[in-house]
This record gives sequence, structure tokens and C-alpha cells, in this order.
Amino acid sequence: MSLKSNLHILKEKYKGKKIAPVFNALHTFLYLPNDTTHNGTHIKAADDLKRTMNTVIIALIPCLIFGIFNAGYQHYLALGEIESAKGFLGASFWSLDNLILGAWTVLPLVVVSYGVGLAVEFLFAVIKGHEVEEGYLVTGMLVPLIVPIDIPLWMLAVAVVFGVVIGKEVFGGTGMNILNPALTIRAFLFFAYPTWMSGDKVWVHGAVERAGTADAISGETILGSYAQNSTVAYDYWDMFWGLIPGSVGETSKVLIILGALFLIFTKIGSWRIIVSTLIGALVMGLIFNTVVDAGWITETSKFYGLMSVPFWQHLIIGSILFGAVYMATDPVTASQTNKGKWIYGFLIGFISIMIRVFNPAYPEGVFLAILLMNVFAPTIDHYVIQGNVKRRMNRVKVKAA
Amino acid sequence: MGLLSKKDGKLISDPLLDNNPITIQVLGICSALAITAQLKPSIVMAVSVIFVMGVGNVVISLMRNIIPSKIRIIAQLIVVATLVIIVDQVLKAFAYSLSKELSVFIGLIITNCIIMGRFEAFALANGPWRSFLDGIGNALGYGLILVVVGFFRELLGSGTLFGFKVMGDPVEKTGLFALGYENNGFMVLPPMALIVVGIIIWIQRSRNKALIED
Repeated sequence: MSLKSNLHILKEKYKGKKIAPVFNALHTFLYLPNDTTHNGTHIKAADDLKRTMNTVIIALIPCLIFGIFNAGYQHYLALGEIESAKGFLGASFWSLDNLILGAWTVLPLVVVSYGVGLAVEFLFAVIKGHEVEEGYLVTGMLVPLIVPIDIPLWMLAVAVVFGVVIGKEVFGGTGMNILNPALTIRAFLFFAYPTWMSGDKVWVHGAVERAGTADAISGETILGSYAQNSTVAYDYWDMFWGLIPGSVGETSKVLIILGALFLIFTKIGSWRIIVSTLIGALVMGLIFNTVVDAGWITETSKFYGLMSVPFWQHLIIGSILFGAVYMATDPVTASQTNKGKWIYGFLIGFISIMIRVFNPAYPEGVFLAILLMNVFAPTIDHYVIQGNVKRRMNRVKVKAA
Repeated sequence: MGLLSKKDGKLISDPLLDNNPITIQVLGICSALAITAQLKPSIVMAVSVIFVMGVGNVVISLMRNIIPSKIRIIAQLIVVATLVIIVDQVLKAFAYSLSKELSVFIGLIITNCIIMGRFEAFALANGPWRSFLDGIGNALGYGLILVVVGFFRELLGSGTLFGFKVMGDPVEKTGLFALGYENNGFMVLPPMALIVVGIIIWIQRSRNKALIED
């Protein structure tokens, strides 16, 4: 007997019991359910929630694979055991050693993220007696990609429990959340364990243990270097290809752009949000460049390093691109109206760069900006809709008059 | 309670759980968020409020027939301000460092909505003994939440209780810290107090469905 029919039998057996959603979830995750609707309206659409989630995961997999190799690469590079790879296809990057070390460090993050998160989802489904929702599938993949490589696993587990329960379940589960759960998890980690989330020791595997010893290694992110007004050791192509230290999956801009094209092509991600976020970031960058050109900020200022970065470079340093493509476009927490999406995205980009430049304590402000705009998204929608109503009312009045 | 009649006993026990001023009436949140990062200030704050509420309710109750209703808020304010100044002076005299730590929040007891609420809702209409019980009951309900929140925030945020390092020493890596445990810095920040209070409300209402209003 196949797994499918076994699951179906189990499902029938436990029908009406509290534990039923657990079997239902496994069944619908793996297969199309046996039972179909027999009356009422039939809507035929292939893009249900499960399909939507899986599409995003497919778009994330290149980032994950690259992140695995990059974890090993940054480690061995910092130890001085390999030469720096010249370009995306460099032989010292795609090596077996890098793969083994990267898999050894990154895959536990993925396992913990999914294991803990899905356990919480199953628990809530059983307690509340509703079906297990697919909402965690994407969050579980995003979380390992936006944390530093050496984050202790128990911290990740605590943060995932917090993010899923406080960020999502208390609001009523998937589709009802105000804040993006993956970013809630990151924000929790950032404020709870700041020493593990920023600085120059957390971005390269092994740097924390070696701190203070003779073999000490470090890997400062590019934003970190800029914030301290020190010189940056990477050229723009390294940043574009992603051969730089950073959170696990957000370094490779080229793969994120490919993922973005895939999401736009499949109509899962909103191109309006992606484009407007990037415009917002560019505008803020331009404003800062103008300020520097006008001579209001000199090299003695602590903001000089980041303010003088040419505006277009803001897109390839830090995680603004990753945030714009995978985080800001979350259909639940973003604005729903088309005009609202432009405003929402623009403000995310605008505020991200503002936090990045003005607050040296938070070298990466993208996650804060997106969380802030998540909160404002319903308000933006409200005013867009009210504005539309007003305009159409005026039209009616003109006609009547 | 043998000491009190059943009706009087309810004056004390009700505000502890089913009609708690913080979790059910959602009053006095400001101070509950501000001073609960450590256990000791939480307890001092709770004791101060018990004193102010107990005495204040009795005083208002005794004067209830002679206060003209048009200026009753001013009369109440004078009573509560007097009591708060007494508390403030006592703390400054005998526990100066604590008084520094609590800073403006002792003074802000004056504006604590629980106190004015009980004056208005209870002391103005009841005798001194019952007002006293009501005041003590509500202040205990407030203090209970403060202590629970303070306990978790200090334990998880600083790894200490009353300043004792119950979780081990984070610098010398003893106790739990030897296993890689770290203090949760988020617990010390005010937003986490809001979340802890929210979790208490959540637990309380899911245990007693009658409290859910909508």
C-alpha cells in the first residue's frame, strides 16, 4: 500500500479527533487530497497557498546553496587557507571543502528553523482544532538565510518560538499576522542577543571561538566597515556576486535578482513593491550624496563613511535587495492596493537607507524599516481606498450637477 | 476566610484574579511596563501602591459625605498626592538608591488610574472598612502582576533575582552560562514587559473563557 493511501486511512481513522490536523497536514503537503467538493461553486486554480509557498521556496533555494558554499569559503579565506575567488565561478569558491563545512554549519540552522517552527504550528493546530496552515514553509526557509552563520541553535529555537507565537499565532495564524514572522524572529534575536547579531565576529564561522587567541579571525561586513569610516576590502563585483561576509543567504545579489525575476514571472511577488523599494533606497542615497557634495558633512563626521557611498552602491551592500524581494513582498503584511504598494515600498527603501546611515548601532536597518511599514500597511491601504472613494463621489456629483 | 464575611472576602480576592486591575481592566499599565525590569523595584512599587490605596480609600470613604461632588476630583488628588509624598520621602530617607531607580514613577503613582478609579467607583459610595479591603485588594492585584512580570524579566533578562546571580555568572561563565546560555537582552527593554503582560492576559483568559469580551 502506498504512503498516500496509508495517510488517507489514518486521516479517516482520526477524523474528528484532536490529533486529526497532524495527519491532514502531512497528507495535503505531500499529495492532492482524495476528497473533492461535490456541490456548490467549483473554483479551479492551481495557485493555492501551498503552491504559492513552494514557488517562493524554489526562488530561495539558489540563495541557500550559495550561502552554504559562502559559509565555507569565508571561513577558509579568513584562515588564509585558500585564495580569494576571482568572480562568481572562481575555483576556490565552488570547492568540496567549502560545501562540506557550509553544509555542516548551515543545514542545522535550516533543521532547527523548520523543526521548531512546524512543531509550534502543529501544536497550535491541535490545541485550536484547525487545520495546519502552510504559512511556516516560507518563513522556515527565510529564517536561516537572514541570521549570522554562528548563531547558537538554542537562540534560534527560542526566537522561532517567539516569532511564530507572538508574531503570528496570537493574531490568528497564517494570513492574519500584522508583522512578517521571519523578520519578527530576526528582530527578537537582534534585541535579545545583540553580541551574536552584529559586530565583526559573527559573520565568519569560527570567529567567535577564536576571538582573543593567536588564531583570531574576523570578517567585518561592508556596512560595518563603512560605519567605522574604514576602507572596504571588497570590490563591487565581489559584492554583486556575493563573495562577502554577511547573513547566510543575503550576500549574492545576482541570485537574488534571478529569484526576483522568477517571482515576478510567476506573479507571486509584486514587482511594484520591489521596484518602489529600490527607488526609495536610491532617492535616499541621492539625497545623502547631495548633502556630501554640498559640503555640509565633512570627513570628520561619523556619518561621512556611509553618506558618501555613491547612491547606486546602496543596493549591492547590505541586505536591501534581499529584503525588497523576499520580505517586503510578503502578500499578508504588505499593502494590498496597487497605489498603496508603491507608497509602502518607497518608504521601506527610504527608511532603510536612513537607518543605515544615521544609526551606527544598527548597521542594517532594512528589517526595522520593513517591520515599521508592515505596521503602517493597513493605514496606507485605508487612505488609498478612501481617496478613491472620494474621487468617485466627486465624479458622481459633477454628473448630477 | 474566617476573619471576613464572604462578601468582604470577595473584595480582596476578586481583584487578584478575575477582576485584576492590570490584566482585566487594563489600568496602570504605564508603571507596570516602566519599573518591572528588576524584581526589587517591582516589590517596592507594589508595597507603595498598597499603602497609598489602602489609606487613601479609607480617607476618601470617611470624607465621602462632606466632599462636594463638583470638586471631588481635586479633593481626591490632594489625598493621593499627600500619601505619595509621604511614600516618596520615606523612600528617599531609608532607601535612597531604590528611590533613585524608581525616580519619577513613585511620583507618578498620583496619576495611576487604578487609584483614582477605586476612589471614584468604590470609596465614594462605601464605608471605610469595605473601602479599605477594596483598596488593599486592588493594590494586591496590581502588585501581583508587577511581581510576576518583574520575576520573569529579571530572571531571563539579567539572570538574577533580587540581584543574586541565580543562573550563574555571565562573565566568569559559571552555572548555566557554562553551557552557553546567555541573558536575553530583549527582556530588559520595555516592549518585552508589554509582551509579558500580554502573555499573562492570554493565559488568564484562555483558562477562564468568561473573561473574553467581544
